[in-house]
Order: sequence, then C-alpha cells, then structure tokens
Amino acid sequence: MADFEPVLLKNMGAPELEQLEVYKRLGGYRAVEQALRQHSPEDVVKIVSDSKLRGRGGAGFPCGQKWSFLPPQRTTTYLCVNADESEPGTFNNRILMEGNPHQVLEGIIIACYATKASTAYIYIRYEFVQAYHTLDRAIREAYAAGYLGKNVLGTPFSLDVFLHRGAGAYICGEETALIESLEGKRAWPRIKPPFPAVEGAFRKPTVVNNIETLACVPHIIERGAEWFKSMGVPADPANPRDMGSYGPKLYCLSGHVNRPGCYELPLGVTCRQLIEDQGGGVWKGRRAKAAIPGGLSMGLLREDEFDTRLDFSGLGKVGCLGLGTAAVVVFDEATSMIDVLYNTCRFFAHESCGQCTPCREGTGWMVRIVDRIRNGQGRTEDLDLLVQVAGSMGIMPGTTICGLADGAAWPVKNAIQKFRGEFEEAVRRTQGSPEAA
Amino acid sequence: MRQQIREYLPHYPTKQAAVLPALHVVHETLRCVPEQAVEEIAEMLELAPAEVHDTMSFYQFFRTPANPLGRHRCWVCRSISCAIRGGEQVLERMCQKLGVRPGETTPDGRITLEFAECLGACDFAPCLLVDGVVHKNLTDQDLDELLSSLP
Ligand SMILES: Cc1cc2nc3c(=O)[nH]c(=O)nc-3n(C[C@H](O)[C@H](O)[C@H](O)COP(=O)(O)O)c2cc1C
Ligand code: SF4
Ligand code: FES
Repeated sequence: MADFEPVLLKNMGAPELEQLEVYKRLGGYRAVEQALRQHSPEDVVKIVSDSKLRGRGGAGFPCGQKWSFLPPQRTTTYLCVNADESEPGTFNNRILMEGNPHQVLEGIIIACYATKASTAYIYIRYEFVQAYHTLDRAIREAYAAGYLGKNVLGTPFSLDVFLHRGAGAYICGEETALIESLEGKRAWPRIKPPFPAVEGAFRKPTVVNNIETLACVPHIIERGAEWFKSMGVPADPANPRDMGSYGPKLYCLSGHVNRPGCYELPLGVTCRQLIEDQGGGVWKGRRAKAAIPGGLSMGLLREDEFDTRLDFSGLGKVGCLGLGTAAVVVFDEATSMIDVLYNTCRFFAHESCGQCTPCREGTGWMVRIVDRIRNGQGRTEDLDLLVQVAGSMGIMPGTTICGLADGAAWPVKNAIQKFRGEFEEAVRRTQGSPEAA
Repeated sequence: MRQQIREYLPHYPTKQAAVLPALHVVHETLRCVPEQAVEEIAEMLELAPAEVHDTMSFYQFFRTPANPLGRHRCWVCRSISCAIRGGEQVLERMCQKLGVRPGETTPDGRITLEFAECLGACDFAPCLLVDGVVHKNLTDQDLDELLSSLP
C-alpha cells in the first residue's frame, strides 16, 4: 500500500480545481475525448466490465454488468446520478462534488455515452448547498466548452445534465425511491422487478449510479481495466461468487478518532489500519470499543474484529451486512452501546417511508424498546424481542420492499449479539430504578 | 415565481417531475407553501392539487403557513458521528439560547431551529447547517458567535 497513489483525490486541493480550465490542465477531460473518439459505447461498457468496478453506493453491484442489462432495442435511456448521500457517517460524495466537480461530470458523460443516455439527472440532497452550486457552475462551463449539449465534441452524441434537488429524506437514496421522487411523487420505493434497467425513470430504461462509482470511470478509460484491477483484493478463486474488490476507495472516517476525514486507499485496508495509520488513533489516548464499518446500516465491529478487511467480502465474515459506503465511525471505550443503538434506531424509525408494515412498525418498536432500556425500564426479555423484531424485517426475510429495513435491523442484531453483556447489565442494573438516562 | 418554475419544465419529459423544483421555488421565496400555491402549481403542471399535496406532505421539509420558516433555517445534526462528539448538547444549547424547541421559530421570526439527520459533514462533527453554510467542529463559543452573526 506504500506505493499507492491517490486516484480520485489526486489533484484535490489544487487551487481552483473546480474550474474547467484547471481541471483540463491537470489532465482532465482526456478520457472523454478518448472514449468518444476511439471507442464505441459497447467498448466502453466492456472496459468498465473488465475493470470489475463495483458500485460504491452501498450495494456493490458490478457497474459494467448493470450497464449491460439495458435492453438492446431501447430508444430512450436515462442516467440517474445518486448524490443523495445520506447514510450516517458518509461524506465522500460531498468531497468529490465540492472539490472536483468536473471529474464527476466527466464520469457522467462517459457513462451516458456508454449507456446511450442523452439525459442525466443528478439527484442531489437539498442540504448539499455548496456542492449544488459548485456542480451548477461546472455544468455551465461544460456546456460552454462543448462537453455537454448538442453534439458533444462535434460527435453525434448529445447530452443534457440537470441537477434535481431532494427534500430531506434518506429514503430518496434508494434507487427506485429516487426515481419516484424525480418524477415528482412521494419517494416510495418500487417493487422490483421490473428493475430500473428495464423500466426506470419515466418508465424508460435507466441506470442509477453513485457519484464515486462514476468518478472512477474516466480513470478506467484512461488507464485501463488491468490498471484498475492492480489495486484492491482479488476475487477468491475458491469462491466462484466472489467478484473481488478492486480499485481505489474513499473511506470516510469519523467519530472518536484524532483525524477524522476522507482517505483514499486501495480496497481492502483493515479497519485497524484505517484508524491507526490514517486517523491517528483513537482520541484522548483512549482505546476503541467498537466501530461502524460502512455507514450506519452495516452493523457493528467489536474492537477485537478491527483486523477485518474493509472490502466487499470481508465484513460478511464477521456478521456485518457488508461494506456499505465504507464509512467508518469509531466509538471509544467510554461510549455506551445502548446510546449508540438508540441513536441508530431513532434514525431508521424517522426515515422509514412507511410503506411496508414490518419496517414501519418494526423500526418504531425497536426505538421504543431501546429507549426504555436506556431509561432504566428494560426487561430481560427485551433483548430477545429486539432480535426477533429485527429478524422479521427486510428484503432478506422477504417482508419488505427495500433494503432500508435490512439496514435498520442489522445494527440491532449486531449490537445485541456482540455486546449482549452490556445490554444485560443495563437491564439488570437499572431494573426498577429511576436513575440512568 | 411562475417564470422560475417554467424554466424547469424543459428538463423533464413530464410536467409532474417539476413538482419538487416548483415547491422549492415557492418555499424559498415565501418560507412556506400556502394552499393557493399548491393549487397554482397543480394548474401549471396539469395535476390535481391533491397530487401536489401528496408529494409535498411526504417530505417533512416543506412548511405550511401555520408554521412558516424564519429568516434563517438552522439544522443541527443529531446523527451518530455528531451525537458522539457533542451534537446532542449543541442542539440543547441552541434550544436554550433561542428559547425554542426543535421545529420551532423564534417569536421574532429570525431563526427556525431544527434537528437534521446526518448532514454529510461527519468529518467536522459536531456540525450544523444554516443558510447553506456548514459550521464545523462547534464549540459553545462558536454558537454565540454564530447566533450574533445572523441578522
Ligand atoms: C435505504 C437506502 C438508501 C440508499 N441511499 C443511497 C445513497 O444515498 N447514495 C447512493 O449512491 N446509494 C444509495 N443506496 C443504494 C442505491 O439504491 C443504489 O444501489 C446505488 O445508488 C447504485 O449505484 P452504484 O451501483 O453506483 O453504487 C441506498 C439504498 C437503500 C436501500
Ligand atoms: S422497507 Fe421500509 S423504507 Fe423500504 S419501502 Fe418498505 S417501509 Fe419503505
Ligand atoms: S453525523 Fe452529523 S454530519 Fe454526519
């Protein structure tokens, strides 16, 4: 890892990088030229497929494969760029948009060329005000310079990019909720199938990609699939379902560390390396107790599990939901896991869209149960009750439409399983006594 | 406002897709979305007022005239990375200093205080967002300075 050179953050901090001229001077927009002039759209899909780039938005779906699911006979295609970034702990999309907007746009242009989309919508959460204005300016510059609009760079390919602002709802990051919201409706996730590739925005074939995923694309076009695959963790040959974890990743580090921040590393760094080498260790000279490995939905790592690799296959092995957004939140030894779980459950209860009963009711129940444990009214049975409620909601048990419910359930399951002693102690100690809270 | 809304129409293949942009235009200008505006948006976008209403009410973001936004909308993050670095106290202190509960506006109409879920600025926890600007790594002193800087 010593010789790793940043890719997505490489020029970050260069003065006025948000300006097109500066971006170009540092080598930007070469990949678009290359893609449009030297490759067919099919070639671009193939290169991205060969790179094994997997979606950075949370699900880790192979990007090239997603693009190739579009029906060959389509007439209209949309690209929806997911800039809703609301998973607690996550802020890498913000940094990419604010710091280097043209890199994002270049990825969008190439993705649209590859998927034959002539319109892209950037669905950006309302709270990202600075990112919105930065992108807005960058889009105008790109139109003026001929990278957007009719006949991009004089080729037959035309593209419009529009910014579409959200309105403060986490669920809008789920791809079909995003589409509903874009269409002007309440953001209720759709039942799948049909998948967006077949029937997405305005009932047309649609690709939804995350900002970071798209930011990788220009680099893959310029430097090749093999270069991309030289970083990260190769697929395990013994496991035919492992698709590997290739390329650079923007890890977000926050919580009780000395240096919170966004760190670019090859996929597969361990949680401990990230905290120690990048984050400068736990704050106040304390020891760590636990960490969220990839955004709030992904569950919890205990300190003795910190040598787990933060890649697409490592986290499942220690009972977490997955890599998610690769956002690590560190908790020091003084942290109450009951408070952490309460904050977590409160978030999901607040953000459930209410469409599916197990999620709407389950998230409500879980926050109330954890709240009473926190307030000294917990009962011993509550711990099993929590696990039972959590176990009954989600796509995995097949009771809900979208993955919010799985993400709400996972931290509960992990907390009770991995920190059971602390919860039992809380129930025992506070039973009948009004103190605590 | 009508002109501003009209400019969004060419972005989309359906008129309904302009509902959120239209609501934002009205909300930013009037600090709430009156019933009259819902009806006018519906008419412009060839929808039933109930359809606009349905969308608007889903996002708890939009205010009604009964509870309009103050001049400054201040969102204090209460999600995990902020909460464990003092975010809850920031919200509490703001409530005390302004004499309001989250969701309320000061009687002089100056500041609306709200809690937010993760603002995507966890590297600067605890943080808050006011008038589009993120205030980072907040201390108690920062809050006083911030509040006195808001006209
Ligand atoms: C509740 C929920 C929230 C999500 N929020 C986001 C988000 O804010 N940003 C994002 O890119 N993906 C989010 N996703 C994942 C998207 O549904 C989708 O998988 C992703 O945008 C696809 O892009 P990618 O393949 O480039 O990662 C969310 C998923 C769920 C279930
Ligand atoms: S799982 Fe929850 S958030 Fe997802 S559609 Fe159902 S109720 Fe809505
Ligand atoms: S948790 Fe507060 S900004 Fe992310």
